[in-house]
Amino acid sequence: MGIQVQHISKSFKNVQALSDISFDVKNGELFGLIGPDGAGKTTLFRILTTLLIANEGSATVAAFDVINNYKDIRKNVGYMPSKFSLYQDLTVEENLSFFATIFGTTVEENYELIKDIYIQIEPFKGRRAKDLSGGMKQKLALCCALIHKPKVLFLDEPTTGVDPVSRKEFWEMLKRLQQKGITMLVSTPYMDEAALCDRIALIQDGKILQIDTPQEIVKHYPKTIFNVQADNMYQLIIYLKEFEYQYSVYPFGEFVHYSDHRNGFEINELKAYLETKGLKNVIIQKTAATIEDTFMELAK
Amino acid sequence: MGKQNVIEVENLTKSFGDFTAVDSISFEVKQGEIFGFLGANGAGKTTAMKMLIGISKPTSGNASVAGFDVYHHTEDIKKNIGYMSQKFALYDDLTVKENITFFGGIYGLSRPIIKEKTIELIEELNLGDVANQLVGSLPLGWKQKISFSVALLHNPKVIFLDEPTGGVDPITRRQFWEMIYKTANEGTTVFVTTHYMDESEYCDRVSIMVDGKIEALDTPKNLKSQFNVSNMNDVFLKLARG
Repeated sequence: MGIQVQHISKSFKNVQALSDISFDVKNGELFGLIGPDGAGKTTLFRILTTLLIANEGSATVAAFDVINNYKDIRKNVGYMPSKFSLYQDLTVEENLSFFATIFGTTVEENYELIKDIYIQIEPFKGRRAKDLSGGMKQKLALCCALIHKPKVLFLDEPTTGVDPVSRKEFWEMLKRLQQKGITMLVSTPYMDEAALCDRIALIQDGKILQIDTPQEIVKHYPKTIFNVQADNMYQLIIYLKEFEYQYSVYPFGEFVHYSDHRNGFEINELKAYLETKGLKNVIIQKTAATIEDTFMELAK
Repeated sequence: MGKQNVIEVENLTKSFGDFTAVDSISFEVKQGEIFGFLGANGAGKTTAMKMLIGISKPTSGNASVAGFDVYHHTEDIKKNIGYMSQKFALYDDLTVKENITFFGGIYGLSRPIIKEKTIELIEELNLGDVANQLVGSLPLGWKQKISFSVALLHNPKVIFLDEPTGGVDPITRRQFWEMIYKTANEGTTVFVTTHYMDESEYCDRVSIMVDGKIEALDTPKNLKSQFNVSNMNDVFLKLARG
């Protein structure tokens, strides 16, 4: 088993950061922890990387116990924290060889593993880390986390604050690493990234809401969802919320996602209702639940 | 329709030495419109926005915000706009009330008005129980709602939002967008800078900057059909990757 987490709880003073968290990550799996800021993702990462001790529960990483074998874990995992943690005034090259040395290895020894990623930043190898763009910093941090060839890689919000192009490239890199047999636990607040994981856990307020594959997790949504559009978004939301049979009303980009309490729901009835309220160009169409819909339903 | 332009930008350019950060951009934003201003890191969004809020002088071109020129009337611009960023919002070690009083003062409101606005805001956001608590102790989602309302204290004509909902949970994020819709519906123009593509889906129109230039400007719906994709993320990828 790559990672095994059993009944982990952690509190800080009067804040319950994690409550009874349990899940497994299989060897070679790319597992996503999906939740907003403050959900407890970073606390969990710190416990699994042996930087913090849980109040209750147990966990193993690469078959090592986080308490008894913490030194083994440190040798066998890579950790990319959410905050850029490399040495700003060392160059790209210096950072990399620094981390290799710390782990008793050399850049050459494991170069094969990072090659794909490193060649993208190699043209800037003489540049100080602080002068790199966001996307390049992220690639360097990934190289440094990989340089000792870890069995398990922890990535805490690696794509936060990074533009869509760099995000996409980053996920492509993770997929390639997975093919090399590395187990990965990655956290993200972006619901759309969930689809790129093998399995995901939805997490909020220190609790896991659900664990499943991205394809299966949306099937847990209990209702049929409709995309509703009209000429005035603000009024549309208000009137939908006033509709007596509404089950949920959430703005979703150019649409509002609406679901109804009743099973036999008539699109025309809702359309007529909205039109009597003075809305124009009303369009209602059935749509599929997304991971965000599921998340909101579970978090209600 | 027929509403007046609150932001007008014509060939606006900003260079630093021989690097052109913003390269002759032009667009208009109407009263009550929610306008998304998108671009990759380093595309020039921040530089452009700094010119619009009156803290950076353009190299060339013209722009006016709330009827004031960005070269000569920057103080008037500052009085007529609100600004909210995810990075800097409120003072964590002041209470909710103290923050409101402080920002009210900064915006030049009189004491009686600040008092009135404080009561209004606390009631509207349902903050009665936490009004005297330090902002630092509140959840992120609450802070964002308060900071949005604080940025509207002086009834600005335009509010600039810098990545307003990054990182918040999906329900709070939607409550936040409902506040934005309400504000826009009341006639305030909302200018959203972001590189979160799902935020852009909520805007009336969006512009996408690539290397200092505006490469696309339309409604999210039209952009998606123009590029034949299903979401703004893919529009962005197609544009930025060429």
